[in-house]
Amino acid sequence: MTREINFEKITAKNIPTESLISCGHRGCQGCGEVLAMGMVMKAAGPNTIVANATGCMEIITSPFPQTAWKTPWIHVAFENAAAVASGIEAALKILKKKGQIKDKPNVIAFAGDGGTADIGLQALSGALERGHNFLYVCLDNEAYMNTGIQRSSSTPFGASTTTSPPGKKSKGQCTWKKNVAMIAAAHDIPYVATASPAYHLDLMNKVRKALAVEGPAYIQIYSPCPTGWKSKPEQSIEIARLAVQTGVFPLFEVEYGKFKLTQKTKELKPVEQYLKLQKRFRHLQEEDIAYIQDKVKANFEKLQKLCEL
Amino acid sequence: MAKRIGIENSLAVAEAVKLARAEVIAAYPITPQTHIVEELSQIVANGELEAEFIPVESEHSAMSAAIGASAAGARVYTATASQGLALMHEILFIASSLRLPIVMTVANRSLSGPISIWNDHSDVMAERDMGWIQVFGENGQEVFDLTIMAFRIAEDKRVLLPVAVNMDGFILTHMIESIEIEEQEKIDKFLPPYKPVLRLDPAHPISMGPVGVPEIYAEAKKQQEVALLESKAVIKEVFKEWAEQFGRAYNLIETNGPEQAEVVFITMGSLGETVMSALDLINVQGDKARQVRIRLWRPFPEEELLAALEGAKKVIVIDRAVSFGTSYGPVAGEIRSMLYKLKEQPEVYNFICGLGGRDVTRQEFKQMYELAEQGQYKDKYLIWGVREND
Repeated sequence: MTREINFEKITAKNIPTESLISCGHRGCQGCGEVLAMGMVMKAAGPNTIVANATGCMEIITSPFPQTAWKTPWIHVAFENAAAVASGIEAALKILKKKGQIKDKPNVIAFAGDGGTADIGLQALSGALERGHNFLYVCLDNEAYMNTGIQRSSSTPFGASTTTSPPGKKSKGQCTWKKNVAMIAAAHDIPYVATASPAYHLDLMNKVRKALAVEGPAYIQIYSPCPTGWKSKPEQSIEIARLAVQTGVFPLFEVEYGKFKLTQKTKELKPVEQYLKLQKRFRHLQEEDIAYIQDKVKANFEKLQKLCEL
Repeated sequence: MAKRIGIENSLAVAEAVKLARAEVIAAYPITPQTHIVEELSQIVANGELEAEFIPVESEHSAMSAAIGASAAGARVYTATASQGLALMHEILFIASSLRLPIVMTVANRSLSGPISIWNDHSDVMAERDMGWIQVFGENGQEVFDLTIMAFRIAEDKRVLLPVAVNMDGFILTHMIESIEIEEQEKIDKFLPPYKPVLRLDPAHPISMGPVGVPEIYAEAKKQQEVALLESKAVIKEVFKEWAEQFGRAYNLIETNGPEQAEVVFITMGSLGETVMSALDLINVQGDKARQVRIRLWRPFPEEELLAALEGAKKVIVIDRAVSFGTSYGPVAGEIRSMLYKLKEQPEVYNFICGLGGRDVTRQEFKQMYELAEQGQYKDKYLIWGVREND
């Protein structure tokens, strides 16, 4: 049985214009992460409380006495955004029950891929399993960028980082990217999705859906990082689009357990088109690219099969 | 009317948290704290307390959730011990820096390794610089009273700091005592609902926990330190009001024994009661020894301790933890440094005892007294009761 999620759809005509993260923050040029976070906040609206993990987004938006945040925001530590959000959500629930607050705002946790796939995985799993009504957004730029581009378990195969450098005996990152969206889906929560700032309407509507369900939701957003990926700032959106079109970062959602591919491209472009725009992959040989191509294709087919279920 | 009942101290703590009308409880089970949170989850399950119980997946998340809930404006409680407190370490410091009035029971237990579930103070001593108000209870009634007072102190607008109520694991947590359980109506009068000065509220957005650049970090730390030091006056006020309303008087430190005695034991936690009884043995032949019991550990009640130690020639400090690689146990180190300010300093004898739940009898305290009388271990420490030649 499929369940419909009722939400107010965002189109090019009614797209929210109020930016809840003000300009003047200290993000790098072409930062896909802050761009994506701004889209999430636009879709969520001002009645939202944010728990932010330590990382680029926390640093660039909150150097005291300045703040870029127009909604209530809290930063506690690196690995615990999901736990902090659980506490906020529980408090709002009881305060509303006791009549101390009128309505229950949205609760969104933001963390990077390191704060999600590595150090924060336990807190995330705990919060998802306990069923808190909140949205966890992983802004995935595929490495520890804030500390100087070290590899995480979300770094893709072959990428050069400062702790997965290519050398005579190394091809860069030697492991395949951890799939946290699938891990989140394994918690059997109401809503899981992947999104990309290159598809802004899709991203914002996924946020709306995630906030419309009762219970936990997880969205993993592909977030280009020109500084870490050694790519051109003006090509961030192009790279994000190619990640989807090549199947490197497919867009899908899982509504109450039902998988659905949400990208139009079903015929994948060659991964080389995507890889060549980023110097983090420049050392890769033909056979490495072939390996990536095969695995991306196989994974995409697996996902398509899941969507047919 | 308050009712006096025989009850396990852990259950009395849960009762105190219920009477305090905690709104969010985030906890992870760890021996010997479990009875407290089991009872609380049952109280919530029975609908006797309108609260959210978050059964978190770790103590790190317990303290993180406590921070989130407190920042959102709820009255928050948690409890832990030993490894759990150690796992919270990182977040404990942030709770006090964010000035959130969380109340936590620490069912004091030794730290691994070797793993030990039994009582000493190594857990809290490793966290003593966390910026929390820290109190120690000596018995069940005291822990019950302190738990309710802790919320009142923490939430006072002049304080706004988290409070840790320490109770010795097993020795107190699992003991059945006769405890006066106060009426809800009287507690409600003493502890009105929590009204946060600032909270995460979309109608009045604030940013909490921003980056502290070098130009601001030191000022933030100074403010925190001043707040902790100034909390002492509020703690005294709250103790006084409690005495007026409930008839049980508390001070930052307590003294007992003959005033003219020149040897003074200093204790913290449940061993204080053993020493109290040991004084009867020691003082059979005259007014030899007296006692100072520390209730408030942070902020350190220096003024009160100095006054209480007036006339002392020898001070025997009982520590329950080792501060590895230094000259004293944690309590004795502080006492020694405090006494350094005096022109005429008493001798300090430091016995580190009861590690990992080892019993310490009144006879043993008498032996410590005799060693101090003989001047043995003067200005030194001894880890008590170590078997050298088994």
